[in-house]
Amino acid sequence: MASVQIADVRKAYGSTQVIHGVDIDIDDGEFVILVGPSGCGKSTLLRMIAGLENISGGEIRIGPKVVNDVPPKERDIAMVFQNYALYPHMTVADNMAFSMKLRKAPKSEIDERVGKAAQILGLTNLLERYPRQLSGGQRQRVAMGRAIVRDPQVFLFDEPLSNLDAKLRVQMRTEIKELHQRLKTTTVYVTHDQIEAMTMADKIVVMHDGIVEQMGAPLDLYDNPANLFVAAFIGSPSMNLLKGTITAAGFEAENPKGGAPLVWPIGQRPAGSEGKAAVYGIRPEHVRLDPNGIQAEVAVIEPTGSETQVVVRCGGQELTCVFRERITAQPGESIGIAPDTGVTHLFDAATGKRL
Amino acid sequence: MAVAAAESRTVHSLQQSWLVRLFDYKPFLIFLCLLPAAGFLLVFLSYPLGLGIWLAFTDTRIGRVGHFIGFENFESLWYDRVFITSVWNTLLYTGVATAGKFALGLWLALLLNNHLPFKSLLRAIILVPWIVPTVLSAIAFWWIYDPQFSIISYVLVDVLGWRDTYIDFLGQAWPARWSLIAANIWRGIPFVAISLLAGLQTISPSLYEAAMLDGANAWQRFRHVTLPMLMPILAVVLTFSVLFTFTDFQLVYAITRGGPVNATHLMATLAFQRGIPGGQLGEGAAIAVAMIPFLVLATLFSYFGLARRKWQQGEDND
Repeated sequence: MASVQIADVRKAYGSTQVIHGVDIDIDDGEFVILVGPSGCGKSTLLRMIAGLENISGGEIRIGPKVVNDVPPKERDIAMVFQNYALYPHMTVADNMAFSMKLRKAPKSEIDERVGKAAQILGLTNLLERYPRQLSGGQRQRVAMGRAIVRDPQVFLFDEPLSNLDAKLRVQMRTEIKELHQRLKTTTVYVTHDQIEAMTMADKIVVMHDGIVEQMGAPLDLYDNPANLFVAAFIGSPSMNLLKGTITAAGFEAENPKGGAPLVWPIGQRPAGSEGKAAVYGIRPEHVRLDPNGIQAEVAVIEPTGSETQVVVRCGGQELTCVFRERITAQPGESIGIAPDTGVTHLFDAATGKRL
Repeated sequence: MAVAAAESRTVHSLQQSWLVRLFDYKPFLIFLCLLPAAGFLLVFLSYPLGLGIWLAFTDTRIGRVGHFIGFENFESLWYDRVFITSVWNTLLYTGVATAGKFALGLWLALLLNNHLPFKSLLRAIILVPWIVPTVLSAIAFWWIYDPQFSIISYVLVDVLGWRDTYIDFLGQAWPARWSLIAANIWRGIPFVAISLLAGLQTISPSLYEAAMLDGANAWQRFRHVTLPMLMPILAVVLTFSVLFTFTDFQLVYAITRGGPVNATHLMATLAFQRGIPGGQLGEGAAIAVAMIPFLVLATLFSYFGLARRKWQQGEDND
């Protein structure tokens, strides 16, 4: 096991720069998730750690060693690919044993390690099968088994669950987390799915357009998003963001339809921010039903059983709310809503930074 | 009244129904639908083949009806020096040329699979030897192998000064054989290279990356990823290549006509030589028929030896 340090790493393809100086410190044994929309550079960064892409600038260390010019096979890392990259002509056992066979490890050691990994992942009965004969979840497990057998310093996962169906994804999420708790190997995991990031990570790195937007513990990012991008990206359904001005009474939201502006209550007002143009953020799950609150017209109701997601219109804007209660109102009717004032967010309208 | 009408209708349809029933009978319908295609095959593929085999057992000559003579043609071929030489020539020609085509074709395919500038142009150029009519390229090689005007001799003697005399490519048995093999390799490379390139492009790059992380060097990646993944298409291309080379006629006949002194005759050229210009249709057919066992053997070998592996088979869980 080892720590990983990424210091001012840059990547350019010709004159197009795709990663603009990224700094990330990953502690020994930590589970770090790189998350961001498509094209944000997260996979490229992972491939740079693996050595599959050149590093255009900056430095990557694995343990004490700078690995910029170290070939992939000497970095002592194992990677799980999005399409699993299992060797189709080898059995499950051979797939897992391949790296050790190349190293000419003794057969007894190979059998032992493969057997142990297969046991951890529940693959013991499938060792003689070929990848084609496996289901998606089983292939995913073989790909992880191949990584475990290596016993590397660092595990790298490149969107490993995106080819699985929704139910299996949730199950594998738990399995990967369990596996990490058991093996305690430093792990870097790339995904575009913020729920995966929230549920699995010790530390989330939110990336966007080749820079790190924010880095921190999952709940920290959820509670205190540093900017508008993180605020909108983390959380599902995503945070309601309203443009407007901070006033003495609260937050006066713009009314694009031209009616009277709604005033939203603010929890803690940053000092000296009155009169400032800002963006008001409130998460759907932080809006509660309140007959005396703001009157809003119901547009869409989406019950999920455990909760109800409602899109409402008020003050010329659309808001998404998630209620624990079941809603009897019909679309077109009016309900009263109120935000939890303790968990509202304010962002500078010009810079997008948190106020 | 209504019941009676219905009954009469039933009787009527029962009387008519033998034809309907026949057409509803699946085996008959299948036979009927296959008939046109089967007829075509029979007339245009099986009849010439059958006639060829029949001729091999007769003493037919041009302009004279033959009589069935059993295995006489084959018996006389068994003691025919020229025929035995042609068999060995064919085996040598097929073996060496196929090996050469595959070694060079695979190498070329691997090169073209890399990111190269003008990749599509290069790929198009590779195909040139294949799209040129064989006779045209044969004439070009005839010229290249000419005892007086050969460009190879010119370069070696007059430009580089490595030799004192011009090479007599086609005038002696062994140089002529190697020259023909070289020409055949040149002509066969594109087919192998392009087919294998298509195979290479189906291999996912992430397999190479996985192998790289697993610690495989370039040779090991080729040995453990490229080669096994290429095996299925390699087998098909190998079969075709062997069949084409074994039955090759144009190149040899256009360059040497089997000379010097019958030293470069392949079975195909000898069959033609004896059958058409020589007029011995029965004997020519016998030589051609003698190729069949070799071809069947080669096909079976690649079918059983190199055919689908277990890992390629369907998604069944058994």
